Amino acid sequence: MGRACKAYIAGAFEHPTRHAVDQSVAQLHAEVARGALADAGLSKDDVDGYFCAGDAPGLGGLSMVEYMGLDVRYVDSTDTGGSAYVVHLGHAAEAIAAGKCSVALITLAGRPRAAAKATLPDYDNDTPDTAFETPFNQMIVNNYAMAAMRHRHEFATTAEQLAWIKVAASHHAQHNRHAMLQKVVTVEDVVNSPMISDPLHRLDCCVVSDGGGAIVMVSPEIAKSLGDRCVKVMGQGEAVKTTNRGQVDLTFTAGVKSGAIAFEEAGLTRADIDMVTIYDSFTITVLITLEDLGFCEKGQGGRFVSDGNLISGVGKLPFNTDGGGLCNNHPSNRGSMTKIIEAVRQLRGEAHPRVQVPDCTFALAHGSGGLISTRLCSATAILGRNDA
Amino acid sequence: MSASYPDYPIPAPALDAQPFWDGTALGKLLLKRCTDCGETHYYPRAICPYCFSSATEWYEATGRGTIYSFSVMRRAPVSYVIAYVRLEEGVTMMTNIIDCDFDTLAIDDAVKVVFHPIKGGFSLPLFTPA
Repeated sequence: MGRACKAYIAGAFEHPTRHAVDQSVAQLHAEVARGALADAGLSKDDVDGYFCAGDAPGLGGLSMVEYMGLDVRYVDSTDTGGSAYVVHLGHAAEAIAAGKCSVALITLAGRPRAAAKATLPDYDNDTPDTAFETPFNQMIVNNYAMAAMRHRHEFATTAEQLAWIKVAASHHAQHNRHAMLQKVVTVEDVVNSPMISDPLHRLDCCVVSDGGGAIVMVSPEIAKSLGDRCVKVMGQGEAVKTTNRGQVDLTFTAGVKSGAIAFEEAGLTRADIDMVTIYDSFTITVLITLEDLGFCEKGQGGRFVSDGNLISGVGKLPFNTDGGGLCNNHPSNRGSMTKIIEAVRQLRGEAHPRVQVPDCTFALAHGSGGLISTRLCSATAILGRNDA
Repeated sequence: MSASYPDYPIPAPALDAQPFWDGTALGKLLLKRCTDCGETHYYPRAICPYCFSSATEWYEATGRGTIYSFSVMRRAPVSYVIAYVRLEEGVTMMTNIIDCDFDTLAIDDAVKVVFHPIKGGFSLPLFTPA
């Protein structure tokens, strides 16, 4: 029983592949959908709502609805980059609460590693911002590096502090047999790895991997029939931050807003959160996000993440206990689906025993989509154990 | 001092931003401001993103500013510096810093615009220490 909620996550599945040489993108989407439905104890024919983003092939989910043989009465293909799946989670909860659907399937999949593609999408001249960024050889990494450089300037954040985020991820990844990088690394390993774009080293960057993931969300009535593995959606928020008409400020993200909205909807505080999963495209993404979500004061992120504070069983706020994007996987270059899935594992008590947070009652999953130094959509979900 | 330059992708300007690129080709850094609310915005648009007025006009910037943030891109065939420069006019633009010792650059350094010709008849507004 416990608190009321609009919707539950009944099923979650992460694709075990990290290198999909022989599988098509549509096939990967269907495989994660099948996995999540089996996990929920539901069948394909139960699905009446489908959610996907730009990684799904074709127009607005139609190709995947067709490929999988679904019959849906609700479809949402909102694309906010890597945060899209936490956005979908909120939209699906609203759709379920409004009676527009009762079993919502959300899928993510891609094969950027097999296709050797981890770059910004091509834009034409209908995209108004591109002419003012692309010619200057903006890459994903140097866009994030500028945010890290400004954070260092304003708050004296050090390379060693950023490195602690990767160190924590690696401590968790050693227990994940699917993780791409399972070796535990030290602060020295990170700061001595090759400089890619100052101040970000190679080990400050996430992996490029294939794979995907899916979740199935259901109404409270259906959740009751499926048992206590269903996880509650307590609150969700999303917000967009841009270059703001030329008033650029790289010290924060839209997570300031999305987090506040999610906490308000959930009726919870930071102290209630037992663990977090935060999209970790780069170490700096996690550091700024932790500040923005209110787990520490602005500018104190470097101190907060140091000395193992993010390591399960060691620190106060375990994060990305599957190894995250920094060590585990980063399917389709979009990191928030796997954040939801690991939070679900923790709330079910099904994470690896070495990283399972004891009595995990509330978890926060956060996605960032787009680019931190230009335009970014932040989305925050607060999830609760079945009896929370 | 870095004497070589990376390959610069050719801009694909939207129709309402074309005068910006016509300006750089003539050695002028043009900005857009609104004659209704008075605000300068960046990147330049036909519609003011402060008050939604269509009464926006082009004017020439001084070309002077300071580095808001930057990063030396090391993993590239030719290293280069991406940066945000805050112009005297109060807006911040993405650019590159060129013709200097990358390892001595710092946030808040004073910089000035230089126009760097590339393919396709375009000229990029880049910056160098003032």
